[in-house]
Amino acid sequence: MKGGWHGQTCLSVQEGEEKYFQVKERMDNTRADDYIIEVSGVTKSFGNIEALRGIDLRIKKGEFLTIFGPNGAGKTTLINILSNLMKPSSGTVSIGGINLNDGGDAVRRDIGVISHNTYLYNNLTPYENIRFYGKIYGVDNLEERVHNVIEQVGLKGRMYDQVGTFSRGMQQRLSLARALIHNPSVIFLDEPYTGLDQHAAHLLKVLLNRFHTDENRTTVMTTHNIERGLEMCDQVAIQVRGKILYKETLSKIDRDNFEEIYFAVCKANNQ
Amino acid sequence: MRFLKDIWAIVQKDIVSELRTREIFSSMFIFALLVIIIFIFAIDLSEVRGIDVAPGILWVAFIFSGTIGLNRSFLFEKENNCLEGLLLSPMDRSAIYFGKMLGNLIFMIVMEAFTLPIFIIFFNVSISGRILPLILIIFLSTLGFVLLGTLLSSMSASVKTRDIMLPVLLYPLIVPVIIAAVKSTGVLLEGKSLEGVMHWLKLIIVFDIIFLAVSFMTFDYIVEE
Repeated sequence: MKGGWHGQTCLSVQEGEEKYFQVKERMDNTRADDYIIEVSGVTKSFGNIEALRGIDLRIKKGEFLTIFGPNGAGKTTLINILSNLMKPSSGTVSIGGINLNDGGDAVRRDIGVISHNTYLYNNLTPYENIRFYGKIYGVDNLEERVHNVIEQVGLKGRMYDQVGTFSRGMQQRLSLARALIHNPSVIFLDEPYTGLDQHAAHLLKVLLNRFHTDENRTTVMTTHNIERGLEMCDQVAIQVRGKILYKETLSKIDRDNFEEIYFAVCKANNQ
Repeated sequence: MRFLKDIWAIVQKDIVSELRTREIFSSMFIFALLVIIIFIFAIDLSEVRGIDVAPGILWVAFIFSGTIGLNRSFLFEKENNCLEGLLLSPMDRSAIYFGKMLGNLIFMIVMEAFTLPIFIIFFNVSISGRILPLILIIFLSTLGFVLLGTLLSSMSASVKTRDIMLPVLLYPLIVPVIIAAVKSTGVLLEGKSLEGVMHWLKLIIVFDIIFLAVSFMTFDYIVEE
């Protein structure tokens, strides 16, 4: 398909994929002030445990939202539901105007996920890993695209070494290439800095910033690292015990005092 | 076409990974070889007709070593949570099952291709004139084993006691195929034609069809959450 959201040739036309093109068209036509992600009354229970207790969230096209929260706040569960990996117990999630319950498969094609798990095969090389993911996402001009994304994350020199020999930071950068191979419009980042040293975290931040700012992708990141979380976002939210209890535009908050706000919100909810 | 391309992508990925490590093949083949060698020493072939015990021993070697391969199969997908990476992609989830199943089938067939000649030499059995029927029986029985084994392997991969869980779930369910495979292999090794094993062959085919359909229908629910 030509002329996608980012003006790049990326995804191929396949049989029975009309739904995907509907999603893509809607996302392409989404104006900057329209909400691209809408979450309404989402709950999720695992047996007696309520991981999410009525999440309402709306994110505009091109926005970067960071969701802070302590361990066990349900951040990963929320990302799993947003990325259509998990179904909510109740409530609705729509991306690009498509309810995930109706068009989940099509929406998945336009989502990239980076988590603390890299989703990479240790026995394969970066080239083989990214090429494999490119194939299952139906990426056009695959060879060129694989080389491009690996070069973008600075691993061209290690393209044919086994991923198992890479440091955690290199694996996480390659994970970024994996998440971007199909040129998604929306990126979900679930604790992407976990296990990274300062240098690796900085490199990842630079790359994430480039892919968000230069290519206007809508990004949602969860983290409990306040310093890292505030670096790139333009919206912040605090999630505690399965609920979003605070949401504000970054420009309206005092960064230096945000830690106090965070602890106050957590403390008020017995965390 | 998209569905087939996705299946092939997974098969290719598994083959490349296996060619690099040879973990699955080497563990399966060595185990199968050991089973045959142990039975050769345990059974006095001057007192027992080789043909009476050989089919059972052959299938014990195939099934037990195949279980080792099945156990490893989804373990690779659990490494770095790659299975979740596959589930995040837009591909039909049953393509993941068929891709893994085909990979397992190829690895088992390669192991069997190496093991069968050794078995024939050690047990001094003749398969001349019955090679094709024997290959058909082995292929269809292996297919049934892999169809069910891959499904159960995907279930047990998330469990801590997966090494125990897979055989516990798999062996009781696979009994019909094993009985049919052993009986029909025995008949063929005795020099009879394929017509003599048609009733066993039909049983294996029915089993294959049933578990193909069951796997296709249930894999989505197994991998969900």
